[in-house]
Amino acid sequence: MPRREDMKNRNYAAIAAADRVFLLVVYAAAGLFVLLVAMLFVELVHGSWPSIVAFKFKFLWTSEWNPVTGQFGALPLIYGTLVTSLIAIVLAGFVGILAAAYLAEFAPGWIARPLGFVIELLAAVPSVVFGLWGLFVLAPFVRTVLGPFLQKTLGFLPLFQGSISGVGMLTAGLILALMVLPTVTAISREVIVAIGSDLREASMSLGATKWETVARVVIPASRVGIFGAIVLALGRALGETIATTMVIGNRPEIAASLFAPSYTLASVIANEFTEANGTVYISALVELGLLLFIVSFLVNAMARLLLWAVLREKS
Amino acid sequence: MRKRLAPIAAALFVTAILPAMAATQLTGAGSTFDYPFFSKAFYDYSKSHGDVQVNYQSIGSGGGIAQFTQRTVDFGATDVPMNAGEVKAAEASGGPVLQVPVALGGESIVYNVPGVASGLHLTSGLLAGIFLGKITSWNDPQIAKLNGGMKLPNTPIVVVHRSDGSGTTYIFTDYLSAISAEWKTKVGTGKSVMWIAASAIGGKGNEGVAGQVNNNPGAIGYVELAYAIQNKMSQATLQNAAGKYISDAPGGVRAAAAAKPDVSATSFSIVNMKCATCYPIAGYSWVVVYQNPQDKGKGKVLQQILTWLSGGDAQKIAGGLDYVPLPENIQSLARNTLAKMHV
Repeated sequence: MPRREDMKNRNYAAIAAADRVFLLVVYAAAGLFVLLVAMLFVELVHGSWPSIVAFKFKFLWTSEWNPVTGQFGALPLIYGTLVTSLIAIVLAGFVGILAAAYLAEFAPGWIARPLGFVIELLAAVPSVVFGLWGLFVLAPFVRTVLGPFLQKTLGFLPLFQGSISGVGMLTAGLILALMVLPTVTAISREVIVAIGSDLREASMSLGATKWETVARVVIPASRVGIFGAIVLALGRALGETIATTMVIGNRPEIAASLFAPSYTLASVIANEFTEANGTVYISALVELGLLLFIVSFLVNAMARLLLWAVLREKS
Repeated sequence: MRKRLAPIAAALFVTAILPAMAATQLTGAGSTFDYPFFSKAFYDYSKSHGDVQVNYQSIGSGGGIAQFTQRTVDFGATDVPMNAGEVKAAEASGGPVLQVPVALGGESIVYNVPGVASGLHLTSGLLAGIFLGKITSWNDPQIAKLNGGMKLPNTPIVVVHRSDGSGTTYIFTDYLSAISAEWKTKVGTGKSVMWIAASAIGGKGNEGVAGQVNNNPGAIGYVELAYAIQNKMSQATLQNAAGKYISDAPGGVRAAAAAKPDVSATSFSIVNMKCATCYPIAGYSWVVVYQNPQDKGKGKVLQQILTWLSGGDAQKIAGGLDYVPLPENIQSLARNTLAKMHV
């Protein structure tokens, strides 16, 4: 708190100037992001131009990825990216929100604090470790236990038919779910904690149980923040590279079965960029980066549109 | 204070700065296949030649060629020699290019067939049939007929390949193209290709392929010979172009290399060689240098160390790491090529 005599002697012109400088700095800091994204976009378009010229929109809806003949179509890669991220976000969203609700509302402090620490620790595990674990532990588990189980119980769905090699979209989705779970849980928990106690007290005073209060009042009230957490997690899932590469089977093909091997945009870049030669091949790989950029943007935009529609309907 | 620091400063000068001034620092970049050999060999070389240090970065052959072309490194290393276009780009940047074979290796067909720990024999036709996706089960009559008496299970075959672009894939697909016209037209040769077997899955690196093969009963894949030996994987015994089955793979790779004494950057394939003891899947890794290095002093040292690297002593080190030592005639070919450097 400034003292009164200080306030009296203030040089208002200098302060106004300082304010303007501060404002400028703040604008510049925020503007930097816009500039970065814009430059990224321009550079990606520039790098992928030979491929854009060679394949035009065929790049988006053909399925052949053949470096030998120089034919490149990205449809299976887009499909694989979207499906694995969708699996991840459904699983991690479900578990993450429940875990966050428990941590924020039910767990006593002596459980919540160490548990929160464990979750943050999970976020710090490098993705190559997740990938190796996925390859040597999760993939055999999917092949011998989870896959046959799903086939026996839900095998009437095309999603769970066909042969199970252990690597494929399901395994990649599971690994991604694990990787984004800390993001969803940690942010959702913060959001739930930030909900004022007046809402809780009002709900309880009307005779709602603790469970009803959490499920019908607290979580709906924090849905915008939770949604933000999911969008952030989705971004990580879409772009994850090494862990996905190790367990997805790396096969550019569109299959209905989640057991089938697939391929993602980021994985192809990681696999083929170091040894790629020839202008069109390299620029096709850059165009995959551009696609990843656009896919992330579109998914994000659609998610926000959805949220906006839901909120408007409610009010 | 100053007095106390003086000896420390002097010591620092002697240990850190003096050698750095005296030593010749060479940098190279490229092939990951060469990395274990290079790091051991250059380390040993520095022990006897204290004034020479080599820093090799295994960033992949493509990256090695790019850095060599931009002249940010003194030499590049690549599993497939630079092609005409790449040579042209490099020549525009630094003049004529010399490509020298320095390391030799083979590839193993590794498999995971329940009940068959060893002894599986395959002809080139069967191998092509499997990778084309035409032979899909281990109890296929053709495999059973060749491996008479072996109890082969009714397990579907899973084809495992490298998902990352690699010289290993290049050599393997070069071999398949040599033995199967159908493979040549449908798939072809490359560091990354479109795998057409319906069961094909890709693993990243030798370890990725090995992991998938070990995890999947019924799997078959290709890895570097050294990797298969060191990890004691089940290897198929392959039939060569002369119709013989080769169980001594390293010896067979050496024989295949010796059978093509005029190997060059434009005619480098040594797969499917026709001698009786030749192992069918083999290939060189190459070092690329400029014929007229800008810094003659550095060029002289580079010439010496690469001549040593492709000679008998260094190749013995390679052999200890499960590479195949270059045969004598290729050693002298490398020596003669390097002698063309103007230093």
